[in-house]
Amino acid sequence: MKSGKFWAWLVFALGAAYFFIPLIATVEFSMRMRRGEYSFDAYKVVLGDARFQATFGYSVLAAVFTIILGVLIVVPAAYWIRLRLPQLRPIVEFITLLPLVIPAIVIVFGYIRMYGSNSPLPFLATDTGTNALLVIGYATLALPYMYRAVDTGLRTIDVRTLTEAAQILGAGWGTIITRVILPNVLIAVLSGAFLTFAIVIGEFTMASLLNRPAFGPYLQNIGANRAYEPAALAIIAFAITWGCMSLIQILSRFAPKSANRPN
Amino acid sequence: MADPFLSIQHVRKSFGATTVVEDFNLDVERGEFVSFLGPSGCGKTTVLRMVAGFEEPSAGTIVVSGKDITRLKPNQRNVGMVFQAYALFPNLTVAQNIGFGLKVAGMPRADIDARVTEMLGIIKLPQMADRYPYQLSGGQQQRIALARAIAPKPKLLLLDEPLSALDAKVRVSLREEIRSIQKKLGITTIFVTHDQEEALSISDRIAVMYGGKAEQVGTPFEIYNRPATKFVANFVGTLNVLEGTVTDAAAGTVRVNSEQVSLKGKLNGSKSGDTLSLALRPEAISLGRQPGRDSSLSGEISEVHFLGSVIRVRVGIGGNTVSLDTFNSPATPPPAVGEKAEISFSSSDMLVLH
Ligand SMILES: Nc1ncnc2c1ncn2[C@@H]1O[C@H](COP(=O)(O)OP(=O)(O)O)[C@@H](O)[C@H]1O
Ligand SMILES: [Mg+2]
Repeated sequence: MKSGKFWAWLVFALGAAYFFIPLIATVEFSMRMRRGEYSFDAYKVVLGDARFQATFGYSVLAAVFTIILGVLIVVPAAYWIRLRLPQLRPIVEFITLLPLVIPAIVIVFGYIRMYGSNSPLPFLATDTGTNALLVIGYATLALPYMYRAVDTGLRTIDVRTLTEAAQILGAGWGTIITRVILPNVLIAVLSGAFLTFAIVIGEFTMASLLNRPAFGPYLQNIGANRAYEPAALAIIAFAITWGCMSLIQILSRFAPKSANRPN
Repeated sequence: MADPFLSIQHVRKSFGATTVVEDFNLDVERGEFVSFLGPSGCGKTTVLRMVAGFEEPSAGTIVVSGKDITRLKPNQRNVGMVFQAYALFPNLTVAQNIGFGLKVAGMPRADIDARVTEMLGIIKLPQMADRYPYQLSGGQQQRIALARAIAPKPKLLLLDEPLSALDAKVRVSLREEIRSIQKKLGITTIFVTHDQEEALSISDRIAVMYGGKAEQVGTPFEIYNRPATKFVANFVGTLNVLEGTVTDAAAGTVRVNSEQVSLKGKLNGSKSGDTLSLALRPEAISLGRQPGRDSSLSGEISEVHFLGSVIRVRVGIGGNTVSLDTFNSPATPPPAVGEKAEISFSSSDMLVLH
């Protein structure tokens, strides 16, 4: 019992060290811009940089659209598969995993061939079209995470019986999805949304090859040309991700508790 | 006869190659409480789901108050349903759950509130309006589910094993409550159960189902005392089965363990020498010869269980064992195992199983 606890703590301490030492080192380095003393100069430079503000704003907007698109596609699809097509689940799970296997660069080259300015669908000829393509590409990249989050959420409720209970009370599909299904998987949808956010904020390949002014290419650019600012940026990006995760935790307290387990 | 309120006519349901419900027929009167009773897998839920509109019959029609609803969607049928797993919406309060159907129907807010309050009164949970389902016990959740189902004043109430997830005590009290609410509101109800005691105690009529068919439809009294088939006789109640051989078909005499029993008029079509299964309910048998009982058999007492007010005795008759109950009487000690005993019964109580 005692020694079991000791080993558990040891493993925990090693894990924590593995995680925190590089983090602390990065923080320490990012604060050494001013010679001989610690300061937040690097952060001031980064946050004051107009390109930071522009690219970060662009990526946040892209993330919001990606989340909306992802929710609109994934929630009805995952719901319908659970309700009516359970035999398709393995196939759909496989498809949602493809973005993890196929490099983003392949998607981008596919885009450029399919939607180039000389093609019948010249999406890439305009900025709006390119932005739309970027969001669609991001939604694809986020698909594995979004689908899994939503599907896990759906697993905690008895989708079929709740749907039938609503139907027999006169509800149509719109009411069922908005009043019964979505509120019960909202926390799952939000955690999928935050994961999507984190992915979109840091994404480089697609944004760079489609030549969009996103945060990922900016990060790369700073990283290649400066010393202290990249460390500060890494910490900022980390704080954003961490903040997203904490929000998921806080929100999950408000999740409706499932009472659909007959005792 | 007036047209029945609900009429299920020649309904069949197949899933792929397997036929789950075959030629199911049932007429239900307005305000009637009908139970579907049968073992698990006999198609009770499937018939109920066809009435609700969740499954489409492969053949046949379902008519409610003169209107063919066979192909209507569930949300167009105005039917209430209670599920085994309660199926309350976890994100909504009790009041919102009960008001769900009313809100969907576009009822004004004030009317919804009034109706919800009324329903909470009917199910005797007036203080629970603002609770969430997870804060309630199973029995309370199922009462809320009942209130939710009847709040929109449905034409039909369907209950699919609503009590089987609850513990025994709650089960008994809730079934009586369901029945009294049903009577008070006069709502036509179909109640699915595999528990014969439940079906016998609260139904106007019972449809005993087996293998996708209604084996027998009748009042609890008829089902119990005059089972139409061997299956019904065995499934409903405890039954003592004795083997007998027809000695004289014309006179209606049957030999049971070397003693003669007269079953005049019950043998329909059996020939002399045929072997029959004869059945007796425990309460139709008395220990010792009793006035008014025309038949008797002798055997030996094999088991005695003292249950308090009742003593359950098992008597070996030839190769068969017969259970019977006698009331405890403080003046008479119970019989002892191994004693010779005689059992008596009225031959009119004996069932010939076909
Ligand atoms: N959707 C379905 N697909 C295939 N078979 C089904 C389906 N629903 C029910 N069954 C089968 O139909 C039979 C009757 O089921 P059910 O009506 O649920 O029985 P009960 O409610 O009497 O226990 C069972 O053998 C079950 O396996
Ligand atoms: Mg069933």
